[in-house]
Amino acid sequence: MDQLFNRKYIVQGLFIVIALILLGKLFYIQIISDKAFISAESNVLKKKFKFPARGAILDRNMKVIVQNEPVYDLMVIPNEVKEFDTLALANALEITVNDVRKKLKKARAQSPYQSTFFERQISVQSYARLQEIMYRFPGFATQDRTIRHYPDSIAGQLFGYVKEVSPDDIEKSEGYYKPGDFIGKSGLERSYEDFLRGEKGVVNTLYDVHNVAQGSYANGKYDINAVSGDRLISSIDIRIQRLGEELMKNKVGAIVAIEPATGEILAFVSSPGYDPNQLVGKDWGKNYMSLIANPYRPQIVRPIAGQYSPGSSFKPVDALVALQDGAIDPSTQFFCPGYYMAGNHKVKCEHVDGTINMQRGIARSCNTYFCHVFQSIITKNGMKNQRQTYAHWHEQISKWGFGQKLGIDMPFEKKGIFYTADHYDKIYGKRWGYTTVISQAIGQGEITSTPLQMANVMAAIANRGYYMKPHLIKGIGDKNVVKKEYVVKNYVGVDAQYFTPVIEGMRDAVNSPWGTAKESQIPNILMCGKTGTVQNPHGKNHSVFIGFAPMNNPKIAIAVIVENGGYGGSYAAPISSFIVEKYLTDSIKPKSNGYTVKAFAETNLLPAIIDKTKKIKLTKLDSLKIKKADSVKRIKDSLKIKPNVLKPTATTPAKLTRPVLIDKPVKNN
Amino acid sequence: MQQQGGNRFFFNVDWITVLIYIALCAVGFTNIFASVPPEKSAAFDIGALYGKQLIYIITGLVLGLSILLFDGRLFNVFAPFIYGITLLLLVAVLFVGRNVGGNQAWIPIGSFRLQPSEFAKFGTALLLARYVSTFNPKFRDIKSIVIAGLIVLAPLLLIMLQPDTGSALVFLAFMFPLYREGLSGYFLLIFLGMIVLFVADFLVPTYLIILVLTAIGGLFIYNNRRKQKIIISTVLVTLIAIAYLFVVKIAYEKVLAPHQRSRIELMLGLKTDNKGAGYNVIQSQIAIGSGQATGRGFLQGTQTKYGYVPEQSTDFIFSTIGEEWGFLGCSVVIGLYIFLLLRLINLAERQRSTFSRVYGYSVACILFFHVFINIGMTIGIIPVIGIPLPLISYGGSSLWSFTILLFIFLKLDSNRMGFI
Repeated sequence: MDQLFNRKYIVQGLFIVIALILLGKLFYIQIISDKAFISAESNVLKKKFKFPARGAILDRNMKVIVQNEPVYDLMVIPNEVKEFDTLALANALEITVNDVRKKLKKARAQSPYQSTFFERQISVQSYARLQEIMYRFPGFATQDRTIRHYPDSIAGQLFGYVKEVSPDDIEKSEGYYKPGDFIGKSGLERSYEDFLRGEKGVVNTLYDVHNVAQGSYANGKYDINAVSGDRLISSIDIRIQRLGEELMKNKVGAIVAIEPATGEILAFVSSPGYDPNQLVGKDWGKNYMSLIANPYRPQIVRPIAGQYSPGSSFKPVDALVALQDGAIDPSTQFFCPGYYMAGNHKVKCEHVDGTINMQRGIARSCNTYFCHVFQSIITKNGMKNQRQTYAHWHEQISKWGFGQKLGIDMPFEKKGIFYTADHYDKIYGKRWGYTTVISQAIGQGEITSTPLQMANVMAAIANRGYYMKPHLIKGIGDKNVVKKEYVVKNYVGVDAQYFTPVIEGMRDAVNSPWGTAKESQIPNILMCGKTGTVQNPHGKNHSVFIGFAPMNNPKIAIAVIVENGGYGGSYAAPISSFIVEKYLTDSIKPKSNGYTVKAFAETNLLPAIIDKTKKIKLTKLDSLKIKKADSVKRIKDSLKIKPNVLKPTATTPAKLTRPVLIDKPVKNN
Repeated sequence: MQQQGGNRFFFNVDWITVLIYIALCAVGFTNIFASVPPEKSAAFDIGALYGKQLIYIITGLVLGLSILLFDGRLFNVFAPFIYGITLLLLVAVLFVGRNVGGNQAWIPIGSFRLQPSEFAKFGTALLLARYVSTFNPKFRDIKSIVIAGLIVLAPLLLIMLQPDTGSALVFLAFMFPLYREGLSGYFLLIFLGMIVLFVADFLVPTYLIILVLTAIGGLFIYNNRRKQKIIISTVLVTLIAIAYLFVVKIAYEKVLAPHQRSRIELMLGLKTDNKGAGYNVIQSQIAIGSGQATGRGFLQGTQTKYGYVPEQSTDFIFSTIGEEWGFLGCSVVIGLYIFLLLRLINLAERQRSTFSRVYGYSVACILFFHVFINIGMTIGIIPVIGIPLPLISYGGSSLWSFTILLFIFLKLDSNRMGFI
């Protein structure tokens, strides 16, 4: 018996061992690991976000140009809906009873427990009607939120748009954005997203296993209030922005105006433009598709994404670099017989000027003169060292911003083309010289730049040697914070003394009887400028003008490009003069030559469109039918056609697969 | 006589055990109260779970105290009779029982539902005690082992037919009182070996286990190479163990229901399932784990209050304790149980009668099985087996059967100086 008595200890020992095992596991899951605690929190705790108001944007004169507008949604929690008067609800919302049933069914399919959209963006009238009879619809509730509103209905590309986040955005934000959040997708809305969006608020709510809310967590101790987004002050002057868009109506092109002393962008016109209010709210999809379908591609932000050869407007830079290099001096003269021979290649000049100097060369935009200048620069270290000299020249020209992004506060900036010596080595081996790249002397061919880069060049000349980084937002938040990079002078490597003859040449281009832009003189204001006529392989030449005013103490530098506008003096220069005059004097005086804003605004320079893609799928039978219909239509159209109105007509396709802009301007003036 | 006896008996009752009993009932009531959804706990509601439990506790206490008034000898005398009745009830429940949750376990009597398997425990304990005390078998011969085995296996198999595997498993607790009375320790080792091999069979490739078993057998034979008898039995045991591996595999597929298989696989970590069969265990562990060191506090448990843990007040009541009282609370509860169990063993050992001792051991070991399986299940070290946590889980049948089980022993203990 005594022996068996000892078995008591074995049984009791077993009890203790098992108890220790239980306690060990408990110790692990309760004290060592916090996995369970986190899982428990995510089980019951749902964070509901409160959305802050997005920051407003003001123009440089403190006029509101981007604001928020309240909208109302009707929400429903399907499980809390009791029998209700469907007709009354339908009437209040101005929809049919059938719609009410359908929407309710859709909401239930989404979630029976959670608040889901019944009707988005109900009208103010519906909202007012509903407020009085809401008590009759248990389970329904109105929710107010804000959407973007752009009071001037212009500058769509500048402002960009705001849209619900995509899965990609959510992933990139590392958890900041949640499905249903909004994010700036383009333009200023995108580049200043971090400031505009504000800080989301959080309300912690406890939920039971059926996802029914059970009240706030810890009496709201961990809740966070939403903080509104920062107010931004834009450098844009909405008056000249509006004028610019007006002038660029029915034209493809861009305007960029900069305040030289600060780098603040005064106007940022991309044409064709669109009303930014189209890309707000529930009609986004429809309107966006029609924008994309527009053959003149308004979605391109031409001031920073349009890449044009600078044409003759490149000549002042050419001259300045040559002066700094000592390749020429202000009094150097060349003989212009009406052309320049680069080897056996002839570069034509628009006129026969005989012996001319630099100042007049600029005013007359003499190709011959600048080909000689380029020749002097590249060959100044001897014919054998042309490659090295070109590389040095490339470096100097690059300081002006060519071939690189200026770093404007807008997304998707392009850098343009400006080839290095290495690049030419790859194409031509060692056998290339100034004659090979002579077209660069007159800003044609292998060099392209954005309108922003051209305007920036003007700002640098206006400042006589430096530019400030061009930007669109000059103050952030209530304290008007200015980014540090915007107060740094960027020198272009040309001494101030060399600017005088060049600027005088540019003055003459506008204000002398022999100037290329003499039709664009502004009464009482000395505008300096340079026209450009950019060769366009696809159609009529592009009209370019760059300039600044007034000559002394410049307040505005400008670049204007009108595609298919022909000579720089015919469209780009007059448009510039209107904008400069409006900005400097806040009015536009009648011109002796009869130029009016109205006439320019009404001029249609849109090229005809050929859309080959639609033709590809046609069978012979189809094309026969269409030919017949077309000929009938053409006769009808010819009867209706009015001057100055262009109807895009489909003609026989060229050997191209993309929609192609074809030169077919309507004559005006 | 009654009066005198009463005085003497009450004086001899082990009041410490009664106090632990009351403490555990109070823990149960508190946590059942906490697991009722909050909006319903505004005013005291006799119809709510905690209200009913309070009634069960009071009636249970009355029941227990009235058991102390019985003559202890009656239990010895009527043991076969009580055992017989519980067997009959177990048979009856198969025919007239109410099917709740797939188990044919309940006999409805008016508004009350009787669960015979709960009462079969003390019926079996009484008869086993009676058999051992009468025949004093020492379990050296096959015959006595078979008889004792039959006494335990008869109710076990009937309960298996319901089928209520959890309750049936508890009957294995009777191994320990038999062990105490002389059953060879090898039985326990074999039992342990069977469990180890069963688990190993799922986690390790079968050929590897065979290799290990053969190696151990070989070593054992080498050490005892002069003793022919040991060599033969070792070879036999090894062969049986290997055969067992294959039987287990087949039995596992053919005998166990799919839900039982998935519970075992979940416990062994062979599969994860957050929404299906694994949901209970995962949510229960989350609730307990989130209690951390000192718990969220009374009525502050979010997991339990908001219905994340199923069967909150019955089988998974321990998750409420874990969440609201933390590691501290869990330790106190486990401490109370261990104190009770060790005390019961000590009380059993001080009995002069074998009957009382065997019965005492049975009570302690049944309680032990319940506590171990239930808590082990809520923290995921044992597959989900639906048996209540003694005295704490919600339910009249369970509470009363543990009360009867315990108070019969207290009665026998108070009577320990006498001869039964």
